[in-house]
Amino acid sequence: MYNFDFVKPATVDEAVKALGDEDAQALGGGQTLIPTLKQRLASPSKLVSLTGISDMQGVTKDGDSVVIGGGTTHRVVAEDAADAYPGLAGLAGRIGDPAVRNRGTIGGSLANNDPSACYPAAALGSGATIVTNTREIAADDYFQGMFTTALEEGEIITQVRFPIPKVSHYSKIAQPASRFPLVAVFVAQYAGGVRVAVTGASNNGVFRWSEAEAALSQNFAADALEGLTLPADDMIGDLHGTAAYRAHLVGVMTRRAVTAAS
Amino acid sequence: MTQVSMTVNGKQASGDVEGRTLLVQFLRDAQGLTGSHVGCDTSQCGACVVHVDGQAVKACTMLALEAEGAEVSTIEGQANADGSLNVIQQAFQDHHGLQCGFCTPGMVMSAAALLKDNPKPTETEVRDYLEGNICRCTGYHNIVKAILAASGQDVSAIAAE
Ligand SMILES: Cc1cc2nc3c(=O)[nH]c(=O)nc-3n(C[C@H](O)[C@H](O)[C@H](O)COP(=O)(O)OP(=O)(O)OC[C@H]3O[C@@H](n4cnc5c(N)ncnc54)[C@H](O)[C@@H]3O)c2cc1C
Ligand code: FES
Ligand code: FES
Repeated sequence: MYNFDFVKPATVDEAVKALGDEDAQALGGGQTLIPTLKQRLASPSKLVSLTGISDMQGVTKDGDSVVIGGGTTHRVVAEDAADAYPGLAGLAGRIGDPAVRNRGTIGGSLANNDPSACYPAAALGSGATIVTNTREIAADDYFQGMFTTALEEGEIITQVRFPIPKVSHYSKIAQPASRFPLVAVFVAQYAGGVRVAVTGASNNGVFRWSEAEAALSQNFAADALEGLTLPADDMIGDLHGTAAYRAHLVGVMTRRAVTAAS
Repeated sequence: MTQVSMTVNGKQASGDVEGRTLLVQFLRDAQGLTGSHVGCDTSQCGACVVHVDGQAVKACTMLALEAEGAEVSTIEGQANADGSLNVIQQAFQDHHGLQCGFCTPGMVMSAAALLKDNPKPTETEVRDYLEGNICRCTGYHNIVKAILAASGQDVSAIAAE
């Protein structure tokens, strides 16, 4: 790992200022960034830790939404969102392992947008709003392909606002070595319709399966998905599973999520 | 270099570190607490698990400077005050929960974190909780048994398997 300076500001404003320096980078829980630095895939001159910013911590219920501070760990979401949004809490409680959940944050996960990460599926599948230090971004506009998001240089995710669905569930097949999803699907039923978000499967990162959404909005039952399949063309194929296998798993995971949710 | 101070196993510990110094390096190299092992250095194996402010973390995936002011506990602080093994450590010995012992510090620290949150876990809960702790020797069976025994539960059914 190359060396860097380390600062730990107490407010978002101070963090934004520190991130203005050339080659400065935000540090959330470090559960992705520290392994990346060890591999020398990144060489920031300064890390700006967000873990000391109390305004970016915690889970609150605000009317029909759950609002999560951008620096909130997976463990805290698993525990504190369990009543208000059990589908989301269930997802957070199955990320990685307990030690990863004690450090890793929602802001770091969404900023990174790993094509196999869990939170992008919840954010897209809930039609969440990503709140930054400068603006609010709808999840539908936020995810722009693997490891790519609408975030500008130095922009910080301060909050994520999730509309609470009637029912929801996240079904995940873990890749046993990394514990990331091989394929996972988040299904949420709202008064206005059903949303289905798929992670781990596509070369373009998290995506909505619109045919399944249409079918499930008519009839929220696993049977409604009968005969629906996804083409394998854009699916990830690697030593853990072929593109065709992943395309198949999307259907299986969606059916399981619907059955568990309804 | 920046000065960092924390409490390690109840004692004040401080030293000069770089930005990139990992918590596990501070513990092992600066404090001489070599019980926390580095098995993978890629955040996978859990041999480096310590508690920071009561929560299990991978000390190879946390910067030493992030632990400024924190209460850290490591395997060296687990034994009873008279030096005898604590309940979890004794159960690992009694149930052969270790062979080479490389993973054991992390296993014991993860087990301690689990039992603090969930004093009577089921076998499935123990196995789930150990997802981030890899053991190349035991096949996990006796580790799970030791943790269930440490929680005061009857392990004779498991022992018979
Ligand atoms: C063994 C292991 C298993 C894992 N399993 C899973 C899994 O099953 N599912 C899953 O989804 N993830 C998994 N992860 C990844 C984990 O969830 C990470 O916590 C997450 O991807 C990154 O969050 P972080 O807070 O650690 O971010 P960091 O590693 O600190 O940062 C990641 C990136 O986000 C940026 N960043 C951090 N916070 C913010 C913010 N608030 N605003 C803007 N940018 C920010 C950083 O600059 C960096 O580029 C696993 C990790 C490990 C080590
Ligand atoms: S050395 Fe820390 S997880 Fe393996
Ligand atoms: S006892 Fe050898 S790795 Fe676990």
